[in-house]
Amino acid sequence: MILSASVRRLLAALTGLILLLMYLPLAVVVLNSFNTSKSLTWPPPGLTFDWWERAFHSAGARDAITTSVEVALASTAIALLLGTLLSMALQRHDFFGKSSVNLLVILPIALPGIVTGIALNNAFRGILSLQLSIMTVIIAHATFCIVTVFNNVQARLRRMGGNFEEASADLGAGIWTTFRLVTFPQLRSALLAGGLLAFALSFDEIIVTTFTAGAGVKTLPIWILDNLFRPNQAPIVNVVAVVLILLSVVPIWLAQKISGETEALR
Amino acid sequence: MSVDTARAAVSPPRGTAARRVSSSLSAKPRTRLGLLLAAPLAWLVLVYVVALAALLVSALWTVDSFTGEINRSLTFDNLKEITTESLYRTVTIRTIGVAALVTVVDVVIALPIAFYMAKLASRRMQRILVIAVLTPLWASYLVKAFAWRSVLSDGGIFQWAASRIGLDTPGYGLTAVVITQAYIWLPYVILPIFAGLERVPNSLLDASGDLGASTWQTMRTIVFPMLTPAIIAGSIFSFSLTLGDYITVNIVGGANQMLGNLVYTNVGAANNLPLAAAIALIPIVIMIGYLTAVRRTGALENL
Repeated sequence: MILSASVRRLLAALTGLILLLMYLPLAVVVLNSFNTSKSLTWPPPGLTFDWWERAFHSAGARDAITTSVEVALASTAIALLLGTLLSMALQRHDFFGKSSVNLLVILPIALPGIVTGIALNNAFRGILSLQLSIMTVIIAHATFCIVTVFNNVQARLRRMGGNFEEASADLGAGIWTTFRLVTFPQLRSALLAGGLLAFALSFDEIIVTTFTAGAGVKTLPIWILDNLFRPNQAPIVNVVAVVLILLSVVPIWLAQKISGETEALR
Repeated sequence: MSVDTARAAVSPPRGTAARRVSSSLSAKPRTRLGLLLAAPLAWLVLVYVVALAALLVSALWTVDSFTGEINRSLTFDNLKEITTESLYRTVTIRTIGVAALVTVVDVVIALPIAFYMAKLASRRMQRILVIAVLTPLWASYLVKAFAWRSVLSDGGIFQWAASRIGLDTPGYGLTAVVITQAYIWLPYVILPIFAGLERVPNSLLDASGDLGASTWQTMRTIVFPMLTPAIIAGSIFSFSLTLGDYITVNIVGGANQMLGNLVYTNVGAANNLPLAAAIALIPIVIMIGYLTAVRRTGALENL
C-alpha cells in the first residue's frame, strides 16, 4: 500500500503524541515522589529525597511487597500447571463440549472483577464456611490467571503441530520422555511468557483481592489503597510506584528476549 | 525379519510401572484426554462455576432488614427491585455508557499507534514501541488512577496547562472516569490490534494499492474486515474491565456511582449480599450477551 509522506508523518506524530500522553501521568508520579508539598498542585514548590528515605524504612510497604510476591508466585505456579494441561487437552484432542471449555477458561477474566470477587467471596464464606486468608486469595488469583498461560501455550502448540511428538513416539519414546525431551523444550518460552503475564496480573489485582483476602492479608495493591488517601503516606506510595515501574524493566526485557528467541526459531 | 521381531524392536521395553502406564496411555487417547482435563476442569468447575451458580441462587434470597440474617427462601424480590427501581436503571445506563465510551476512545487511540507499530516502524523501532506500550502496564493500577487524580485536580498540571489556552480541568466526575479508565486499559487494546495488524500480510496491501485502490479504500475493504476480531478482542478487555470497576470511580469520579459501587456497598456497609448478587447479575448478563454476540467473529481466539 502506498501511503503518502504526509500520512506517514501524521501517523508518526500521532504515535509520538499518544506515547507522550501515556507517560505524562507516570512522570507526574515520579515527580510527586520528590515533591516537598503533599498537595497535588502544579508546579511543585520544591524537591526532596525525604519520601524515598522514608519509603525504604516503611515496614508496611516491604511486608506488602513480600505478600504480593508470594501470592503471585503461588497462583502463577498453579496457573502454569492447569493452563498447560488444559491447552494440551484442547489443542491435541477433539471432544464434545470443547468450545464450552474454551469459554469457561476465558470467563473468569471476561466477567468483571467485581463479579468474580463477590462470587468467590460468597462461595468461600457462605458455602464452604472458610476463613478468608492468603490461601483464598491464591485460589482466586490462580483461577483468572489460567487463561494467560492457556492462551500462550495453546498458540505455541498450534504452531508446533504434532509431527515431532509423533516422530518421538514412533521412535519408541514413552509419553513422559516425549514430553520432557520434545514438547517441553518447545513450550518453554511460551510458558515463561504466559507465566510472566500471570504474575503481573496477580501482582496488580485489587478488586478480586479485596473480596477474597482475610483481614490480616495485605497485598501491595491493598496496602496502596489503604495509604493513598493518607497525606503522610501518599508520597511514599508514589516512591513504591516509581520503584515498581523501574523494576518492571526486568520482566519486559525478559519477555522481549523470549519473543526474540521465538522469532529466531521461526 | 518377521513382523513380530520388527514390532519388538520399536515397542518400548516393558518393565517399569511408568513404562507400562506410558504405553497403555499412548494407546488410549480418551484416557489421556481425561487425565489432561481432570485437574483443570475440576478446578474451574469447583471454584468458579459453582461459585457463579451459588451467586445466582443467593440473588433469590433476602435479608431480614431487622436482624440482618439471610433468609434462604427463594423469591424474585431482589430481581424485581433491580428491574423496577429507577436508581438501578440510571446506574446501569451510566455504567454501560462509560464502558462504551472508554472502549471507543481506546480503539480510536489504539488504531493509529498500532498501525504505525505494525506497518510503518522499522524492526528496531517496533521493538522499542512494544516495550514503550507495555511498560505502563506494570505500573500499579491504583497509582495510575491516583496519578490522574493529581493531574486533574484543582491547581493540578491539567488546569495549569489548559488555563494557557483558556480551558479548565474537567475536575472529578464522569469525564475524569472515562479519561482514567481509557488510560489504564489502553495497552490491553493496543496489543491485540497490533497483533491483528501484524497478521495482515503486506503483500495484500501492496496488491490493493497496485490495483488502484486509494489508501482509504484499502483500509475500508481489506484492513478493517481482517482486523475486526482483533478490535473486538481488545474491546472485550476495555469494556468488561470498565463495567465492573468501582475503584477508579472512588478516586476520580466525585460523587458518581457505577454498578460496581452498588455491589460493593451492598456487600459491605449495607450487609445485603443477596441484593449485591442480584446487582452483579446485570454485568454478567451484559458480558455474556456481548461474548455470545462476538463469538462467531473469532474474537475470542484473539484475546
